[in-house]
Amino acid sequence: MSQTLTEKILSRAAGKNVSPGDVTEIKVDIAAFHDLTGYHVIEVMEKAGMLKVFDKSKIVIAFDHLAPPPDVRSAEIQDQIRHFVKNLSIPNFHDINVGILHQLLLERYANPGYVIVAADSHTTTSGAVGAFAQGLGASDVAAAVITGKTWVVVPEPFKITLESKPNKWINGKDVALKILGDFKADYFNGMAIEVFVKEPSAFPMDFRATVSNMGIEMNADALMFVPDSETVNYIKTMRGYEPPVIQPDSGAKYKDEYTIDLSKLEPLVAAPHSVDNVKTVGEVEGLEVDQVYIGSCTNGRLSDFEMAAKIMKGRRVKTRCIAIPASYDLFKKAMELGYIDTLVQAGCVVTYGTCGPCLGGHFGVAGPGEVMVSTSSRNFKGRMGSPDSKVYLAGPAVAAATAVEGKITDPRRFS
Amino acid sequence: MIVEGKVLKFGDKIDTDIIIPARHLKYTDPQYLAQHAMEPLDPEFYKKASQGVILVAGKVFGMGSSREQAAIALKAAGVRAVIAESFARIFFRNAINNGLPVIILPDATKKINQGDYVKVNVETGEIIVNDNITLKGKGITGMPLEILKSGGILSFLKTARSTN
Repeated sequence: MSQTLTEKILSRAAGKNVSPGDVTEIKVDIAAFHDLTGYHVIEVMEKAGMLKVFDKSKIVIAFDHLAPPPDVRSAEIQDQIRHFVKNLSIPNFHDINVGILHQLLLERYANPGYVIVAADSHTTTSGAVGAFAQGLGASDVAAAVITGKTWVVVPEPFKITLESKPNKWINGKDVALKILGDFKADYFNGMAIEVFVKEPSAFPMDFRATVSNMGIEMNADALMFVPDSETVNYIKTMRGYEPPVIQPDSGAKYKDEYTIDLSKLEPLVAAPHSVDNVKTVGEVEGLEVDQVYIGSCTNGRLSDFEMAAKIMKGRRVKTRCIAIPASYDLFKKAMELGYIDTLVQAGCVVTYGTCGPCLGGHFGVAGPGEVMVSTSSRNFKGRMGSPDSKVYLAGPAVAAATAVEGKITDPRRFS
Repeated sequence: MIVEGKVLKFGDKIDTDIIIPARHLKYTDPQYLAQHAMEPLDPEFYKKASQGVILVAGKVFGMGSSREQAAIALKAAGVRAVIAESFARIFFRNAINNGLPVIILPDATKKINQGDYVKVNVETGEIIVNDNITLKGKGITGMPLEILKSGGILSFLKTARSTN
């Protein structure tokens, strides 16, 4: 029988053929956590009296949420996890100087067809290379870390096709917001989205990662890009090997399908306080902004910095602007390509490897009444700080144009 | 398994940043978390819930982050069950893993009012409102029920260990 990508991956992981609606135990290929959820994962393991891991090589830990530690408690949390790493000799541990967990999973660990669970909702990001990747709570991840297994309700598959090529300044964020605006945040509950790209090179891995990242904002169980030549090229370039590719069968059945013509997309924005409150940039243009944030596991990649640098080149920002590449490797590349220099010259605060501003943790928290434009994933009330602040989500081009003008600006005004 | 209490009602898309803001996530102590539950929406929530309440809400309750403190905070604040039109997947699991019953009821916000008194049969999904109206929600069955019955994932893990 023809299988979707979701069914193929979960059937392999379950060791038997599964269909939507089945509740099944599955093996995981990677179990991961970061500092903020990690101490909680370890606490559950300790309480269960099972401080052991199923396979050291399949555990990935990265410090990103509290990096570098903004207070004593954060330092204490990281210290607890460093002890865990040392005591159990976990090899895949990344301290505060390496990057954001989801970006590291993408760069170094995720393969097509993998099952990945991590104690963070944006684990869906690894769907960019065709992995079935889910965020789970600390207890579920503790169970996966100990046993190498978790359980799933097999989701219903939904097919999205991306055709044609995006115009200049259009990014993965505009695709994610287009889907959220058209379907709203509750539609994909209980579904797995499988994305087919008609012209693989027209929608590169950076863009795919942004869309997969926001699969959780669509409340999908997973969002996977069907592996293609772009997937293979990315992994080969990053890691020097060609990954085995898993694909859905041609006659596989989907609950429904939807097509986006990339050439018709325009820059989009999600207005407060909901990810699906989507508007064209023209509808909110001119609104004065206090701070712009370019970064996070959603939009902290090289192409994001390239777009921002093109707009900021030779200009000065009129808002506070914080820019954070999602990993150390990306930071170095952005530096070599001159993007960091451009952003610093424009007046941005640039650092690497922290989730701080995205969750209102540190390094750029919103004050009462402040208006933010952020390339991150969520604009929930109080997400980036004060419940009285307002967050507009946008892609890097809108964010950079806004920083330069001091008010929400259509990047198409920049040549 | 029957739980009952007075209804506190909320709308659609109650996200985890509302249920427990990120600045409180460096702690897992239930009593600490309880005092900050639903803080951005209603700083008085802790007092209102302390007598034991049933939350009724709209679509995708618990959407957003994976923070397990969201389920811990609600339970410790006095929430005995959440009835919602739909739940975010991660929150649903976190609730079960921490022994907080979660019942899906389409049109819950239209059928149940603020201040109503409800009795919920967690396994059958039967909800009795003010002792006179019976609604049928989706009860908890299968693996989630096993986890819930054993008191959460921790006890479930311990049991699994003793049988292995």
